Amino acid sequence: MESILNWISGNEQIIYIVILMVFVGIEIIGRVPSVLHTPLMSGANAIHGVVIIGAIIVMGKAESDNYLALILGFLAVILGTINVVGGFVVTDRMLEMFKSKKKAPKNK
Amino acid sequence: MEISLLTLLYIIASVTFIIGLKMLSHPDSARKGNLIAAGGMTLAIFGTIFLYRDEAGNKLHNYAWIFGGIVIGCIIGTLSAKKVKMTAMPEMVSLFNGMGGACAALISLVEFNHLQHTLENSRIELLMMDAAGPVQATLLVIMAGLIIGSVSFAGSVIAWGKLNGKIKDFSFNGQHIFNIVLLLVIVGLAAYIIGWLPENASLIFYAAFVLSLLYGVFFVLPIGGADMPVVISLLNSFTGVAAACGGFLYGNKVMLTGGILVGAAGTLLTILMCKAMNRSLANVLIGSFGGGAKGIAGDTNKEAGHHKEINIMDTAVVMAYANKVIIVPGYGLAVAQAQHACHELEKLLNERGVEVKYAIHPVAGRMPGHMNVLLAEADVSYEKLEEMEQANEEFPTTDVVLILGANDVVNPAAKTDPSSPIYGMPILDVELAKTIIVNKRSMKPGYAGIENDLFYRPKTSMLFGDAKKVLQDLIAEIKSI
Repeated sequence: MESILNWISGNEQIIYIVILMVFVGIEIIGRVPSVLHTPLMSGANAIHGVVIIGAIIVMGKAESDNYLALILGFLAVILGTINVVGGFVVTDRMLEMFKSKKKAPKNK
Repeated sequence: MEISLLTLLYIIASVTFIIGLKMLSHPDSARKGNLIAAGGMTLAIFGTIFLYRDEAGNKLHNYAWIFGGIVIGCIIGTLSAKKVKMTAMPEMVSLFNGMGGACAALISLVEFNHLQHTLENSRIELLMMDAAGPVQATLLVIMAGLIIGSVSFAGSVIAWGKLNGKIKDFSFNGQHIFNIVLLLVIVGLAAYIIGWLPENASLIFYAAFVLSLLYGVFFVLPIGGADMPVVISLLNSFTGVAAACGGFLYGNKVMLTGGILVGAAGTLLTILMCKAMNRSLANVLIGSFGGGAKGIAGDTNKEAGHHKEINIMDTAVVMAYANKVIIVPGYGLAVAQAQHACHELEKLLNERGVEVKYAIHPVAGRMPGHMNVLLAEADVSYEKLEEMEQANEEFPTTDVVLILGANDVVNPAAKTDPSSPIYGMPILDVELAKTIIVNKRSMKPGYAGIENDLFYRPKTSMLFGDAKKVLQDLIAEIKSI
């Protein structure tokens, strides 16, 4: 019991971040029109690509003779980058169409 | 100085993520929002590479490997994202999501290896002195990242395969129980490692890894295509949580912010989608839809009567002389890439003075908004798209409803047949219109595997064929009238 309380006070900041972010995430989504659900899912998908930062840290810390860590870390960096870059590009492509759609009625 | 600069960059990045998601919720600002979030991400990535210091104040090394990985990832990511067809967008999102999950799982694998050395050397002392707390906390985060990341990866790959038709539905008796047992075993193994720090920890760790991958596969396999949007959204939020685990592990606030943000937002989005289909998340999770539906489809099949066919020429006449036509697009339109032909038909009818609108069901296609994106690609204007409630008010005054490759979203069984798996799902009341023309490739049931009574109703006519081909013929026919 004591160790749990210690852990909580030791990680106070992190726990606050988690709680606040949960509410921010819910608030943001709650106001999205269903039309934008797919781009939003895709955008969120790109954002959880922040996991790439962990991959970079793993890679950067690995000793140069620890091949297992190097190879796994390298793979992780590649996969994380694909998630981030691919995610943002796909989202942009989807949204590009929404933009052209908005212009169309004005031209008429 | 450098490390506090990095903190600043992380704060900026976190704010851009929140603002980006916020802006993504309005059509006007959505694109900018996406770019802002991407900018924040770039700052965070390059900040980490150049400014990161570990506890001992050491800089990162292995720059060649890091940049090599980023360059390769950039090339693959950009190319695949640019080349993918609009119809294959949902699969692509699923696949990217799987990459993120795999990344999180790999991080856990490497970090466990580091931790393992500590464990081997000082396991006994840690346990004796009752000082295992910090190690256990680290282990907990590693295990969580591993399990969630692996499930997300395996599940996303299966979802990708199912959406592009490479993987068929597969389920066996007692699969729900099997899944639950599998999950319990995984959680049990994790608890065992964390609680007891056993000597053969690595063996159990890898067993949990393999079982998690297996669980991801069996978790998605039995779920029918109609539920794929929900599954992808759920896996998306899983990966968010897996990324947040990495944030815990390194005390990295930007990973924590981004991960939890997506985890929370994704979970809510998942619940919203479930609500649109009037099903509980638990129901989807256990995966009863795909398996259960087939038996019922067999039963209703026998009661079904005869359907009526209509040819292109008659369709052209009916549509050209109507006052108001509502088009109901579905996945068939996406598969056939018929959105441009559809828009052309709409323009042609407009020129003849026919009022044309589109009725978009919230779960039409394979993802919410799928039809909107598709029609937007063909420059269909915003005002023509109507959401379900609006459309349902308009059907009674509509002469012709043209259903293009949609099925479950117009199935009256959702209102009348309590035994139907989609019972209670709000549908488009196309039956209120005077004439209903259904374009499908065959009489086969839709993705949920349920027979559709609508096709046998007296007001309904079937127009078989690939949506694009049929629309093109229809356009030619109307022009010649």
